[in-house]
Amino acid sequence: MHSSPPDQNFLSHPKGLASWLFTLDHKRIGIMYLILICLAFGLGGFFALSIRLELMRSGEQFMDQDTYNKFFTLHGAVMVFLFIIPSIPATLGNFCLPLMLGAKDVAFPRLNLASWYVYVIGAAFTLFSVVTGAVDTGWTFYSPYSTQSSTSVISMTFGVFILGFSSIFTGLNFVVTIHKMRAPGMTWYQMPLFVWGTYATSVIQVLATPVLGITLLLLILEKTLGIGIFNPEMGGDPVLFQHFFWFYSHPAVYIMILPGMAIISELIAVHSHKKIFGYKLIAYSSVAIALLGFLVWGHHMFVSGQSEFSSMVFSFITFFIGIPTGIKIFNWMTTLYKGQICLTTPMLYALAFLILFTIGGLTGIFLGALGLDIHLHDTYFVVAHFHYVMMGGTVIAFLGGIHHWWPKIFGKMYSEFWGRIAFVFIFLGFNMTFFNQFMLGSQGMPRRYHDYSGLYKTDLFERYHGFSSYGAMVLGVGFLIIATYLIASLFNGKAASNNPWGGLTFEWATSSPPPTENFREEPIFKHGPYDYDKVLPENI
Amino acid sequence: MDTHDHHHHALPLSMYIGVGATLFILTGVTVVSAQIDLGSTANLILAMSIATLKASLVALFFMHLLYDSKLYAFIFSVGLFMLTAFIVITMFDTMRRDGIYDHRAVKIQQEAGFYKDIHEAAAAEAAAVEAAGDGEHDAPAPAAH
Amino acid sequence: MEQVVAIAGEEHHRGHPALAHHFHDMEQQHESIKLGVWLFLVTEVLLFGGLFCFYAIYRAWNPEMFTQAHQLLDVKLGAINTLVLIFSSVTAALAIRSIQLDRPKQTAMFLVVTLLCAATFLVIKYFEYSHKIHAHILPGELFAYTHLEGVANPHIFFSIYFAMTGLHGLHVVGGMVFLGFVLIRTLQGTYSSEYYIPVEMGGLYWHLVDLIWIYLFPLLYLVG
Ligand SMILES: [Cu+2]
Repeated sequence: MHSSPPDQNFLSHPKGLASWLFTLDHKRIGIMYLILICLAFGLGGFFALSIRLELMRSGEQFMDQDTYNKFFTLHGAVMVFLFIIPSIPATLGNFCLPLMLGAKDVAFPRLNLASWYVYVIGAAFTLFSVVTGAVDTGWTFYSPYSTQSSTSVISMTFGVFILGFSSIFTGLNFVVTIHKMRAPGMTWYQMPLFVWGTYATSVIQVLATPVLGITLLLLILEKTLGIGIFNPEMGGDPVLFQHFFWFYSHPAVYIMILPGMAIISELIAVHSHKKIFGYKLIAYSSVAIALLGFLVWGHHMFVSGQSEFSSMVFSFITFFIGIPTGIKIFNWMTTLYKGQICLTTPMLYALAFLILFTIGGLTGIFLGALGLDIHLHDTYFVVAHFHYVMMGGTVIAFLGGIHHWWPKIFGKMYSEFWGRIAFVFIFLGFNMTFFNQFMLGSQGMPRRYHDYSGLYKTDLFERYHGFSSYGAMVLGVGFLIIATYLIASLFNGKAASNNPWGGLTFEWATSSPPPTENFREEPIFKHGPYDYDKVLPENI
Repeated sequence: MDTHDHHHHALPLSMYIGVGATLFILTGVTVVSAQIDLGSTANLILAMSIATLKASLVALFFMHLLYDSKLYAFIFSVGLFMLTAFIVITMFDTMRRDGIYDHRAVKIQQEAGFYKDIHEAAAAEAAAVEAAGDGEHDAPAPAAH
Repeated sequence: MEQVVAIAGEEHHRGHPALAHHFHDMEQQHESIKLGVWLFLVTEVLLFGGLFCFYAIYRAWNPEMFTQAHQLLDVKLGAINTLVLIFSSVTAALAIRSIQLDRPKQTAMFLVVTLLCAATFLVIKYFEYSHKIHAHILPGELFAYTHLEGVANPHIFFSIYFAMTGLHGLHVVGGMVFLGFVLIRTLQGTYSSEYYIPVEMGGLYWHLVDLIWIYLFPLLYLVG
């Protein structure tokens, strides 16, 4: 086995832009994804802040209705398809998965690079629609409006269609990597839980994304050739679009949240230095969520005109999702019990995740209840719920994961002081923005409204909306602080040791940053990923 | 298991020819059986059964699912299961749009009267306000019920 | 135990030009790629699955229309195409068998026959399509065929027909491109019983294309 000299790592060698653009190294591809995904998050955040400023007061503030429709569509589409779906798997997953398995790379490095380029092309098509008049359908592209809207729906849906391939490539690659590339001696039940979560995610990516692909293709055909299958005038059925869309997009919610849960399992075990409680149950519950998630899509369609029988079945199955999710939450809490908890920045995010995701998950159960959903459907209650899950869950976990693996990725420590300050901004800002939206929604404020003057509770709505907008600003400041100190750490951060947190998984056994071939000597599996009761890492 | 060589073992030629011939015959059977009118549903079930038999032959023998690691067969089955779930559950909706509760429509119509009253009251009130503030014009008479 | 096997494999295969650096041995590489191909086939099944779902729903809603509309399709041409595809599936399977037996010339021959069958399939499809286009039997709004009096929305059937066979036709073309590439590499002498995974990939993909047609043929041409 040839190994690179001790002063060389995957970042420093080889040099030059071309060596990055044509790299087959999963670590570099992960970083290239990270850059694009942060840009996408910034763009989506810009749209979000614009929306919040518009809604700060009743009446039109600074954008007209059409612009507003385009902004919330772009916010949703950019955040969902360009940011959150690829976020954790393509960045941290790409970086950590082979390291955690003790492998030299993912199973198909070329396919991995291809997925990055496909992402770039898909993003180009999606954003091209902004130049050509944007899209005003909402990120869900519901027919029949999307087939009639004169905005550039085709460009955006085609972009999303292409992005789907990128997602499939990543998922397929990871499934094969996990099956075939584990270090000698590592069995399925000795894999870190991050790997289990990524595995469940990848399975969904492979199984669900093709259905979105064919749906969007048919939508494009409907718009170009008028094939009529979504058009009631021609004997078609627009509700079928919703079925097809949500057959992908509900499981896609788990593409977003399962990797978040995967990160939390790592953070909680490592930063409380305790063997994870209920390893197998956490692992199985990821797979259970992935599979159950395929059977509940109709809970988005209770008021669409879908049959009552369907609605009842979907509502019933939806409640079952609470079981594996609850199992995870309780196992994490039990892991914390009597652990040596260090309140590092990653751990703060992990604890925030437990609170915020529990709120998001429980309100999801409310919305899955058939009768209640009729009242809350398309109100800000739904907006608050999915932001608690997507942002309070996935984004918070992503932030925790970034801080956790930052020393490993770049070999530098970030400022723990600024990390905690920023965490306070994020946590407070997030709750200020979204908690009152639960109230707003249950009081009857519909989502996607440009102007709420003239509604019968305008004064009340204005108070909630105004507060929410201030919260969004606090949140924005939090993200700016994070970006500043993370980037600053690259230049003046102190060098990270190989294992700053005392982790027991393989990635902490190699140098920080790792050499191009990941491990200078082939790693041999000696102890479980969370055997804090048996092994003590050298430096804690 | 002989990990080393097992994928080099070729299967006998007769298997490929036998399966191919069976597929040809089954194609003939399905064409002929479709000409016999058994009723739309029965014809469909028959044709789909033959197609499934043919597809299984292709998957098991030509695609080697029978001889290869069971993992591939498992993965393929998961895909087929998801597809079946998708079609069946979607049809829970499309086949049952009629609704379960007969009284529902009646009830909604009754409730709708409530909103009708509210709207009419609001319209009358608005008209009255307009009449008071703008005395020169003749106020339109409130709509009689 | 696994480790021992891996090391033994390494000794035997180390240095094969087709072994990528991140795999231990040819066996691991072969199995990984094959698993990847099967996952890819699953995505294909679900891609077509969406169209099968449309078919099922619209047929259940409009059984009469489907029965009437499907009679405009030519069963004879459909059946010939089915036989052509099945035959090409046999030859694709035999191509893999030949390379497993280290007979690259035979492999090339079987691949050529497979490609010829694929071309035949497309030519027949071309005649079918052009006949439909002349008679204005087209999907959706473009449908202008006048001899189906009293049948509601027959264009829906043809929207589904063209979407399904069109997507399938694209897959045939894609399969031909890949098999053509494999044929060239076979002629260059790249493959042997040690390393033939691209031949197997092409074969598996081709069987899936056949498998989908096995369902499309009765659904569209026979029972409508
Ligand atoms: Cu959902």
